[in-house]
This record gives sequence, structure tokens and C-alpha cells, in this order.
Amino acid sequence: MADKKFNALPGFGLTMGFTLFYLSAIVLIPLAALVCRAFGVSWAEFWRLATTPRALAAYRLSLETSLLAAVANALFGSLLAWVLVRYRFPGRRLIAAIVDFPFALPTAVAGLTLASLFAADGWLGRFLTPLGIKGAFTPLGVVIALTFVGLPFAVRTLEPVLLNLEREVEEVAATLGAGRLRTFVSIVAPALFPAVLTGFALAFARAIGEYGSIVFISGNLPFKTEIAPFLIVTRLEEYDYAGAIALAVVLLVFSFLLLAGINLLEQWASRLQR
Amino acid sequence: MGQPPPAVEESGVVTNHKSAKQPSQRGTEEPPLVKWLLILVALGFCFVFLLLPLANVFVQALSKGWAYYAAALSSPDSLAAIGLTLLVAAISVPLNVLFGLAAAWAIAKFEFTGKSMLITLIDLPFSISPVVAGLMFVVLFGLQGLLGPWLDARDLKVIFAVPGIVLVTVFVTFPFVARELIPVMQATGSEQEQAALTLGANGWQTFWHVTLPSVKWGLLYGIILCNARAMGEFGAVSVVSGHITGKTDTMPLRVEKLYNEYDAPAAFAVASLLVVLALLTLAIKIFMERRQARKELS
Repeated sequence: MADKKFNALPGFGLTMGFTLFYLSAIVLIPLAALVCRAFGVSWAEFWRLATTPRALAAYRLSLETSLLAAVANALFGSLLAWVLVRYRFPGRRLIAAIVDFPFALPTAVAGLTLASLFAADGWLGRFLTPLGIKGAFTPLGVVIALTFVGLPFAVRTLEPVLLNLEREVEEVAATLGAGRLRTFVSIVAPALFPAVLTGFALAFARAIGEYGSIVFISGNLPFKTEIAPFLIVTRLEEYDYAGAIALAVVLLVFSFLLLAGINLLEQWASRLQR
Repeated sequence: MGQPPPAVEESGVVTNHKSAKQPSQRGTEEPPLVKWLLILVALGFCFVFLLLPLANVFVQALSKGWAYYAAALSSPDSLAAIGLTLLVAAISVPLNVLFGLAAAWAIAKFEFTGKSMLITLIDLPFSISPVVAGLMFVVLFGLQGLLGPWLDARDLKVIFAVPGIVLVTVFVTFPFVARELIPVMQATGSEQEQAALTLGANGWQTFWHVTLPSVKWGLLYGIILCNARAMGEFGAVSVVSGHITGKTDTMPLRVEKLYNEYDAPAAFAVASLLVVLALLTLAIKIFMERRQARKELS
């Protein structure tokens, strides 16, 4: 590489040294401490702690609600991105601005206001509850909160891809006699698919670890509306450190697998774009 | 993973929305009925999912009137929470700025093996659940933890005290500044720094007068995102704080406590401050993205 040219700049030792020190102190050592403590118990004991019926119910709820929320985000996020990029209409700038709102809003506030909106006497709950749709203190509430939190990921991942999409290709399809639906299905949708999938995966990964917005809206009932991160906090409050650590390691392994998957997805998507 | 990619400013990029009305391009537009149906669904979704929650915070906060709102915010416990939140952000944001500058300098200006590995490690906190992050520090510094007994013998408290809150906040906001700065510094290259050094400037002068001005917008962008997360973090802080009213409650924790004490208007009052913070963050973010887009066009 351009090693010789770069060597003229000073400060590599200092900045690299500080970077590695800070990274170790803040991220790597605490992470290693957690993993080491997990190895402190036997494999059988770890397995028992990580797979109690209550833990399994919590994983299941976390997975199901996160998946549903990610699907909702992929659908509505794609719709929002499409509408924002392709159409001009009154209120467009407002939507473009407020799409990032869930990202900027502290999750606790998101949970608080969503719980109050969907409560039986809330602005939305008072219309939905008579219809049998209960948004607060149910798994549906968890999905709602997770959809809110993950929305910007889906929209912002798709937006640049939509902007870069070459309209000429669609024009060619149209001149060759394809109807709009046919053009969309066989030209536009395949080009967008990797980005939609990446946005879906990012929203899913975010949802799996989410805590702040859920505590308020879910009610946190064991076996019913208790997500995995909440169970970790419960175990900690019971001073059951081994139990909390076992759950945390499971969640950690899952997050890292997802991270690896997302990296592969992004590589695939950028290859397809070229 | 902790933050969505930045918005792309569209103005000037999509140039054919006017010409789309011409007959020659009709084939690339949806029928008006489909188009307006899609717009209607999008508007409806944003209204229900984004605007209603936003408006609801202020309406609920003022549901018992301005006097109650003011009293809720000026109660000693709320003021202590606001103070703690400001203190935590004032410590953790500069720390991460320092780290971000150092990491970006090392990564953008030099070649070394393991660079992509290092970048992955820097992004790691984004993919760790905040609750797990909090637990990591409890395991390290808690009384049952590895360093706990040593700290306890010296009467130092990290967990259930302010240092622990600062540490987890540094952890969850760790990548923000670095990941904004690295691409910006990479894009500017190092020719200008080389020139400054050739002309006799020393390393620090080069950094202050050449590098820093060229990355200041990226830095500012990273800082506001980092600050928003630092002030709003809930899960990780909740695990290590110990929830001592007036001492280790940050604003988001205060919101939860007031809500659990069935004082919803007061909870929403504190929450409304955090919403104002979010709106300010959003406004600065949009302003800077517009600026960036204009610069790229010219």
C-alpha cells in the first residue's frame, strides 16, 4: 500500500495506542468478564439456567414479536421510502423529517407515550379496545413498540437504493410494452429486494435487544408478555447472577450471529447494486 | 446497528418528477389511483405512528395544567435527575469525541493489518442489547463481580452510583462519533496534512488547523447523535443505577419511576423535556444533511 507516503504523518502510535486502550477498557474487558463468568458454571448448569421454561417463553416472545415488527417495518418502511422518493405531495417534507423521530426519541419516552395511546382510555385504545384490539399490556403492544423503534432502519436503508435506481430501465420496460405492474414485479422489486431484506434484518436485530420501550407497554407478565431482556433484569433483581448471565450469553450469541448475517447481506446487496 | 443510515437529501437528485407527467414517461408512473392510495396509507401510518405519540406526550404532560407541569419539573427529585443526565452526557460525550478523533486518525490516515477487524469491534456496542451491556459492568464492578471486593475494600462505588452510569453510557454511545468521523477523514485524504507538515507545522498544529476544520461537520453530526443517546439511554443505565431517588435517577429513569408511582402527568412532564431534546436533535440532523446535500451538488 501507500505505507511510505503515510508514514510522513505523525501520531500513529499515540492514536492507535489510545484507540486500543479505550476499546479494551470500555468494550472488550467488560465483554470478556461476562463471558468468563458464564464459563464459571458447568455446561450442564449453564444449559439448565438458559433453558428454564420461563426463559424459553421469553426467547420465544422476543423472537416472534421482533419478527412481526421487522415484517411490519419492511412493509411500511418500503412504502414510506417509495412514497418519499417517487412522489410529490402535501406533507412530504414533514414525513421526511419525522421518519427519524423514533431514532432520536429516548426509548423510555416512546414506550410511555405508546402505552398511553393504546391504553383502554387512550386516543387510539378507546376506539380499538371495543373492537377487541388490545394494544397495551399484550404481545401486540410489544410488536407496536418494536415497530416504532425499528421504522427508521427500514426506511433509511431502502431510500438511497431507490434514489439510485435507474429510471431508464423502467422506461425501456414500458416502451417494450410492459405494464406498470409487470415492470414493478420483474424490474423494480428484484433490484430493491436486498435492501429491503437488509432493512428487515437491521430492524430485527434492533428489536431483539430492545428494552426501554417495552417495559411500559408490555406489562411484563411471565410466560405471557415478558421479553428476554426483561427476564435478565428480573434475574438480576433477584440476585440470581448466574441466571442473568446465562440468558445474557444466549442473547449475545444470537446478536453476533445476526450481525454476521447482516454483514453478509450488505456485501450481497452492494454487489448487486454494481 | 444502533443507528439507521443517514437520510439522503432528495432535492435535485430526482429531477424527473415534473417530466413524469409528460406522455413519454407515463409508463414509469403508477396509475393516479394507486399513487394516491399509497400516499394516503403512508400519511395515515405516519399520523398514527409518529405524530400521535409525539402530540400525546405534550397533551398528557399538560393534562393537569401548567402549574402542575411546572411543579413536576421543578421538584427536587426531577431537578436532580435533570442534573445527573446533564452531568453524565457532559462526561461521556467528550470521552467518546476524544476516542472518535483518535480512532479516525489512526484508521483513516494509516494502513495496517486488521483494520476492518478494528472497525467491526468499534461498532460492536450497537449490536449488544443495552440490558446485556449493563450486566457486563455489573459483572465487572458489582459486589459479586470480579473487581467488586477490591473496590469495596477501598470504599469505591461504581455500580449503583454515578461512575457506573457514566461507564455504561460511554459504552452504549461508544461508536457514534468514530463511525461518523472515519468515512469523513478517509474521504478528505491526507495531502493537506502532508503539505502542512512540509511547510513546517508540527503534528498538533496540523491537526488543529488542517484536519479538524475539514471534518468539523462530521464531528458535530456524531456529537449530536452521541448526545441524544447519552441523555436518553434507559436499559443499560437502569441495570446499573440502583434507582436511588434524587441520587442515581437519570431523566429516563425518573420518567419510569413517576409512571410506576401513578403520577402519569409528572412522568409525561419529564418525558416532554426528552421529546424537546429529540426534536432539537432531529432539527440539527436535518439541517446538516441538507447542507451536505447542497455541498455535494455544487
